[in-house]
Amino acid sequence: MADRLSVTGIAKRFGATIALDGVDFAIAAGEVHALIGENGAGKSTLLGVLHGGTRADRGMMQLDDSRYAPNTPHEARRRGVVLIHQELSLCAHLSVMENVLLGAELSRAGVIDRRASHRRAEELLSELPHPEIQPDALVRDLSLPARQIVEVCRALASEARVVLMDEPTSSLQGSDVERLFALIRRLASKGMSIVYVSHFLEEVRRIADRYTVLRDGRSVATGMMDAVTNDDLIATMVGRPPATLFPAGVRYAIPQVAMCVEGLACPPRLHDATFELRRGEIFGIAGLLGSGRTELVRALIGLDAPSAGMVRVGDNDEPSTSASRRIREGVGYLSEDRKGEGLALALSLADNICATRPEYAHSALGILDLQEQSAQSSRWMSVLRVSALGTQQAARSLSGGNQQKVALARLLHQRANILLLDEPTRGIDIGAKADVYEMINLRASAGCAVLIVSSYLPELFGLCDRLAVMCRGTLSPARAIDEWTPESVMTAAIGG
Amino acid sequence: MLRTWIARLGPALGLVIVVLVFALLTDAPGRYLSTFNLRIVLSQTVIVALGAIGMTMIIISGGIDLSVGATIALTGVMTALGIRSGWPPSLALVAAVLAGGFVGVLNGMVITTLRVVPFIVTLGMLGIARGVAKWLAHEQTVNVPTTWMNDLLVTFPRQGWLVLPIGVWTTLALAVFVAFVLRRTVFGRRIFALGSNEAAARACGIDTNRLKVAVYACAGCLFGLTGAMQMSRLRQGDPTVANGAELDIIAAVVIGGGSLNGGEGSILGSMIGALVMAFLRNGCQQMGWPNYIQEIIIGVIIVAAVALDRARASWATSHA
Repeated sequence: MADRLSVTGIAKRFGATIALDGVDFAIAAGEVHALIGENGAGKSTLLGVLHGGTRADRGMMQLDDSRYAPNTPHEARRRGVVLIHQELSLCAHLSVMENVLLGAELSRAGVIDRRASHRRAEELLSELPHPEIQPDALVRDLSLPARQIVEVCRALASEARVVLMDEPTSSLQGSDVERLFALIRRLASKGMSIVYVSHFLEEVRRIADRYTVLRDGRSVATGMMDAVTNDDLIATMVGRPPATLFPAGVRYAIPQVAMCVEGLACPPRLHDATFELRRGEIFGIAGLLGSGRTELVRALIGLDAPSAGMVRVGDNDEPSTSASRRIREGVGYLSEDRKGEGLALALSLADNICATRPEYAHSALGILDLQEQSAQSSRWMSVLRVSALGTQQAARSLSGGNQQKVALARLLHQRANILLLDEPTRGIDIGAKADVYEMINLRASAGCAVLIVSSYLPELFGLCDRLAVMCRGTLSPARAIDEWTPESVMTAAIGG
Repeated sequence: MLRTWIARLGPALGLVIVVLVFALLTDAPGRYLSTFNLRIVLSQTVIVALGAIGMTMIIISGGIDLSVGATIALTGVMTALGIRSGWPPSLALVAAVLAGGFVGVLNGMVITTLRVVPFIVTLGMLGIARGVAKWLAHEQTVNVPTTWMNDLLVTFPRQGWLVLPIGVWTTLALAVFVAFVLRRTVFGRRIFALGSNEAAARACGIDTNRLKVAVYACAGCLFGLTGAMQMSRLRQGDPTVANGAELDIIAAVVIGGGSLNGGEGSILGSMIGALVMAFLRNGCQQMGWPNYIQEIIIGVIIVAAVALDRARASWATSHA
């Protein structure tokens, strides 16, 4: 089988982060090739390189025996390589027909030939077994699965030969997954090559002919799907545990419940979560991106209103609550989105640290005591070893790791005794990680209840006392950390 | 389909309500609804309506233009200066349109090449164009000799068979033409795509920067024509005229269902929006209400129109 698209030695770094570090893979005409790997293994970056969104630093790409190095998505599309995004990129205000033909409109002297457009759209839609999608329907009126079909249709319209699909089933329900698979097989049988990115192994097994595993930015294994077991794949994805970064925790189990959660649901992502968070423990939540982990934390802190279930903090078990109330109850929240909602980047470090409880640093009448604010901030900053010029520096000017420490310093200033940490070490370097781990461990030793959501398994294994796994909106029962293995967590996360 | 029609009818319903309310409020509904008064309202609408045609294009594309009022003053002054120095009126008219287009190109170029948001760029252009207008006119009004240019907006055209002033017919024709361009041409389709999802438009191979410049340029030409109309109405070039006109024009587009987030809007809606405001102004005058009452009512209408539109949108999604 001749390769339709092959890449060798692709490497890419973003600043200090090495996203790709030598990726080789090839796909033949009519093949469905799965790219699998943990979160952060480099799948998205590789897709970026393939569809022209990102330029590789090194490496060679060949498409049908000629060099392929697209500078823009448009150039990739012209060469017949199309990405179907995880977040769909359609124009919601336009109709199905208009979206499908966008950029390739059928026109005479600039005036759209409506009859021909209609015919072409119907022709393309008829290739796909979805009679319910009308060419004149507005995209914003379509369901998510239907929108995905429209994207596929657009790929057909541009006569794509290689279609890159990024987690195409992450927002689909069972029967829609079946229909998508039928569609993928149909496209493959017509000679289209499909790069299928997913971490749901069962799905990958059903749809893909071959696989390539990415780990830490490298392609570590490739082969026929039939010739490998799921256990082997998981072992390859997880790899070796890294060197210890984690403080040896000497903690006392306090049998006191800090937060009790029962049957919590917050559609569309979170369906059922039940657990108890105890004082003095670190409780981990693992799961894939989009499994409902972040939605769980947001419901707990009162940012999203749950549709069912109960959260009890201390004596308060009112179901509806607000973040300001939770914060007064001593719950602290670290957002996974540091730049978007974690920090006010334009404000000073002192303003950021004192944001949740300004009353700890103001006098009567609500006038801010700037000296006190500054003194308290610099105390927390030294506890967390933030390297900054001073408390009045803008948060924007710090590195990611130091920004994260400032966000954590806010929780210390808040005197929070229940810490909800969503991806506390995302995108920060090893040194900062060690400091963050130490702080988390110290708080737990001091009797705080800590809940950590993380995509990084070694971190959960290094820190947590107990762990539960979120899979498609449902939280597994919590078990002590030594009853889990990385493989069993992965299996639970992909719904095995 | 039904929803699209409700959305189209929303502003029209607002217009009917405004007209009915004032017809009932005034002692003589016959006079408020007389063809005489209707002609007055229509000629009063021309400035805002013409501007709203251009603004609709910009707002659908996801942009905004705050420099409209200043552009109207600038091109009005240029028309007057041209005619005063002996140009044929038609040449002065063309010059005004091109000058407006030039201002639009400048706006578009700065937005795309320097990557400054449209709000700021056009806010700056508001000052620049107004300043240039005053400079050219030596901070005085520019008087013009009588030519046919002065008759574009007379309520009763000399040629009786026209029924309505030429300016009204011109506006109507341009409205139909631009509505066709927006709905039926590749250019129009791409303007909607740009405003709806710029990243998607770019991914589909649309040169979004060039498209933006083109949108501001086309709209600028329309603003230039508006300036000539303004000159015709005043029968002189006034560099201080149309102060704040941009807000009336944006309001007309928004009342007509345009979304400042882009991707939504229609010429028909914007025209109805312009009429709503004209009928309101006229009605308030007929009632002998002071100016400040008009301003308060129009303010309330703008917010209410958009709030209703949002309510309708969320109702539609929850019943989808």
